[in-house]
Amino acid sequence: MKKILIVDDEPNIVMSLEYAFKKKDFGVFIARDGTEALEIAEREIPDLILLDVMMPQMDGYETLKRIRENEKLSQTKVVFLSAKSKEKDIEKGLEMGADGYMTKPFSIKKIISDVEEMIT
Amino acid sequence: MSNYVIGLIIVMYLAMLFVLAYFAEKNPRGKWTNNPYVYTLSLAVYCTAWTYYGSVGIASRSGISFLAIYLGPVISFPLWIVLMKKVIRISKQHKISSIADFISMRYGNNRFLGALVTITCLLAIIPYISLQLKAVSETFSLISSKNSYVSTGFLDDSTFYIALLIAVFVAFYGTRSTDTSQHKKGIIATVAFESVLKLVFFLAIGIYVTFYLFDGTTDLYNQASVQANFSQLTSLGGLENGFNWLFTICLSFFAIFLLPRQFHVAVVENDNENYLKKAIWLFPLYLLLFNVFVIFIAWAGNISLPDVVNHDYYSLLLPLQQNHQGLVLMVFIGGFTAVISMIVVSTLALSTMVSNNIVIPYGFIKKLVEGNPEENTKRIKNLRRLAIFLLIIFAYFFYVNFSAQLSLFSIGLISFVLIAQLAPSFFLGLTWRRGTARGAEIGILVGLAVVFYTLLLPIVSQVMMPNVKFVEEGLFGFSWLKPAQLFGLDYLTPESNAFLWSLSFNTLSFVGFSLRTKGNYRERNYAEMFVNHSNYENLQEGAFVWKGEAYVADIKRLLSRFLGETRTNRALRLFNKKHNISDTEEKADARLINFSEKLLTGSIGSASAKILLASVSKETPISLVEVLNILEESKETKANNKLLLEKSEQLTAMAHQLKEANEELLFQDRQKDEFLDTVAHELKTPITSIKAASEVLEDDDMPPELRRQFLENISRDTDRLDTLIHNILDLEKLSDNRTELDIKKRKINKTIKKALKGVEQIAAKKQVTINFKEKDNVEVPFDEDRLLQVLTNLLSNSLKFTEPHTGTINIRLEDGDKTVKVSVEDNGRGIPIEDQAYIFDKFYQSKNQNTKKPQGSGLGLAICKKIVEGHKGSIWVDKGFKKGARLVFELPKSRNGT
Repeated sequence: MKKILIVDDEPNIVMSLEYAFKKKDFGVFIARDGTEALEIAEREIPDLILLDVMMPQMDGYETLKRIRENEKLSQTKVVFLSAKSKEKDIEKGLEMGADGYMTKPFSIKKIISDVEEMIT
Repeated sequence: MSNYVIGLIIVMYLAMLFVLAYFAEKNPRGKWTNNPYVYTLSLAVYCTAWTYYGSVGIASRSGISFLAIYLGPVISFPLWIVLMKKVIRISKQHKISSIADFISMRYGNNRFLGALVTITCLLAIIPYISLQLKAVSETFSLISSKNSYVSTGFLDDSTFYIALLIAVFVAFYGTRSTDTSQHKKGIIATVAFESVLKLVFFLAIGIYVTFYLFDGTTDLYNQASVQANFSQLTSLGGLENGFNWLFTICLSFFAIFLLPRQFHVAVVENDNENYLKKAIWLFPLYLLLFNVFVIFIAWAGNISLPDVVNHDYYSLLLPLQQNHQGLVLMVFIGGFTAVISMIVVSTLALSTMVSNNIVIPYGFIKKLVEGNPEENTKRIKNLRRLAIFLLIIFAYFFYVNFSAQLSLFSIGLISFVLIAQLAPSFFLGLTWRRGTARGAEIGILVGLAVVFYTLLLPIVSQVMMPNVKFVEEGLFGFSWLKPAQLFGLDYLTPESNAFLWSLSFNTLSFVGFSLRTKGNYRERNYAEMFVNHSNYENLQEGAFVWKGEAYVADIKRLLSRFLGETRTNRALRLFNKKHNISDTEEKADARLINFSEKLLTGSIGSASAKILLASVSKETPISLVEVLNILEESKETKANNKLLLEKSEQLTAMAHQLKEANEELLFQDRQKDEFLDTVAHELKTPITSIKAASEVLEDDDMPPELRRQFLENISRDTDRLDTLIHNILDLEKLSDNRTELDIKKRKINKTIKKALKGVEQIAAKKQVTINFKEKDNVEVPFDEDRLLQVLTNLLSNSLKFTEPHTGTINIRLEDGDKTVKVSVEDNGRGIPIEDQAYIFDKFYQSKNQNTKKPQGSGLGLAICKKIVEGHKGSIWVDKGFKKGARLVFELPKSRNGT
């Protein structure tokens, strides 16, 4: 079973994502901010992390940096979820080392198919 | 005390002065020698042995009239400062090194006038120096034991050797540089030091006499008042005596400017014009301190000492009577310091005047023109040294032969009256441009003649020709020509009489002859520059009025004779650079002539400098109109330059402003970008949530419970979107001032209650207590709907951040004079200090909210702020409140704001 970690501070969005991925038989973990995300990732070593960029305290960029520094997570893929949809925002996210960038609002079907493509 | 012990102490004291001067010279820029205190103390060279001993003598005989000599400077000191500033500026600009140079320069570098001023000063100061020597000699013999060695001629007279030692000191430290406008730090440091010593010692003896020998001032007064003639000693003495007071005050006022030693310390040695600011109160204070105990010492002497002793030396005789040897020696040394500093500065100033204003311009200059620079330097220095020795030796012999009959006080006054003859040409010369050299010369000569007739002749005739009767009967038997009561004025003292008439005739002659003669162009040029100095002080070389022909090579040759090859080349190179003149230029212009004259003035005086330059140039006279034109032109050039500078400064300022405006625009752009980004994010979040939920809801297998939850989420996010859009529009409207506020005088209590009703249900649900102490009669103008919005917002925030069950919210209403204040406080988690400044910004949400994001648009407080500001009120976080959050807003009672 593939493990996926969803990191977002908007509970309603998380709820939908959680339902959709569980339905597809993913092991789903939830974190509401960067710090919590690092904790869970370290423990569960997920195959993929869906990471919101704009979060209070530790934002998505910083969280990604920490993930990339952690050797245990070298196999983990990271996909940014962000309302920032300008070219340069996307470029910046990919340059930081993300494996994908999804702009909000997103289609859940598209996210699931992309994620499945990346980790199978 | 033995002669030898005293002699040894004197030698040791002088040695110490040498060492002190040595260290001051070694570090001429140090802060110990360059400060306003040293400057002020050096001015106190005014207080000589005459002050130290003579004041007591005069106080014991004629009461408080001694004070006039010190009141003059004290009263006039503010005026002194104003005039001094001008004198110092002029002197620095022209490298003036003495009062003779100053007056001679004002009247067109007039050689004869310089010499005349010098001679006047010699006449006045040599007796004055001999008076100082007399004080040393007399005090020396008073304190030495009667059976000690007694001198029989000058070769074994200790005073002679003391005088010689002083001469060595001045010659050594006073002639280190040929440029006399150079500062002599060593000498000034010793003078300042001695000013402290003499004051401290004099105060010490005053305290000793008043409080040790007697039981304070009251005791002294009681004992003195029973003596004969006491009332005379304490009164000012009627109107007639009032004139004597007035004249003495004037006399001392002139002296503080014109005495060569005062001019030297105040002008030539001045480092910084700002020192005057300190001197303005410190110097009068010094003089007042010096005079505090004079009258008490005088009374004490009258009570305790026999009348036959010399009253001048009461301060020495009183401790001597008690056999307090230590104190006797202290008083002696104090008087000695007063003598030394006076002699040192006076001979220094006089020797410069004698060399630069008499010897060099009259004859010696030819020799200098032929000599080489090293020889010339040596010659000038030796000339000054010789002058110093001759002056002191001359003063010594004057003392031995003449001053035995005169008191300290009267020699001092005679000297002042003589010096006062320079007053018309000095003061009027500074303020009246019509004054001419001829006027000044004749004025001074006439004044001197009157002084000689009214003051000196009676004294001389008394000593030399006791049988000639004209002093008592008047010249040729005319009683109105009686020297001491000229024109029948019989209530003045001889000195006041001499002062009044000499100065009257002097001034009349000066004014009369100035009006009759028209000075040459050179005089008019300098007159203009001295009188109108503030106009021309910045013009420097350009303002020099000169027309003629001269060659640079000639001038260079001339300069190098006095300055040496290297210094001359350096000076000329700097000069050319400053004025953008090519080094190969052959013809000299007015600026170079003026520059060279200034360079030479320091070494050989202004009159000689003029003569020298005239010898290498062919000068053509210029008319007064031309003089004024040239001055005006250089002023205009200066003004044009200033205008250009101003314009360029304006341009720079404008460029700066443009840059700032641009930055401000960029900043606003960035802010707008940020705002739009944030709006986009805030809008996209609920949309994302709605879209995701609708996609998930497509799943038919979803349990109904969950399905309801998702549908509820969609509904809530839609509400959120709606609020957000509403708030954004609202804020925009408030920012543009498009909304008219419906401001009317209302009872605010009612509106608060309405707001409370609105949140009642939520509060009840969360079990949060809300307290409000009502104040029914408070009226203030406001828009009810908008204020309701503010109150609701504040209350919702408080409800959001307080804990259920324990939460409490307090609303306070305060009615002030001009404002009404409403505060909403809660016992929630409070607002972190770092956030307090930003919570009224758009979309600012505290970072501490992260654990559970409270619902809100992020615009609530920004809107509140806009509304309150629309009422001309203000809203803020109470930083002092620590138990939770406390937000306060204030509304003005009048519509025009607070």
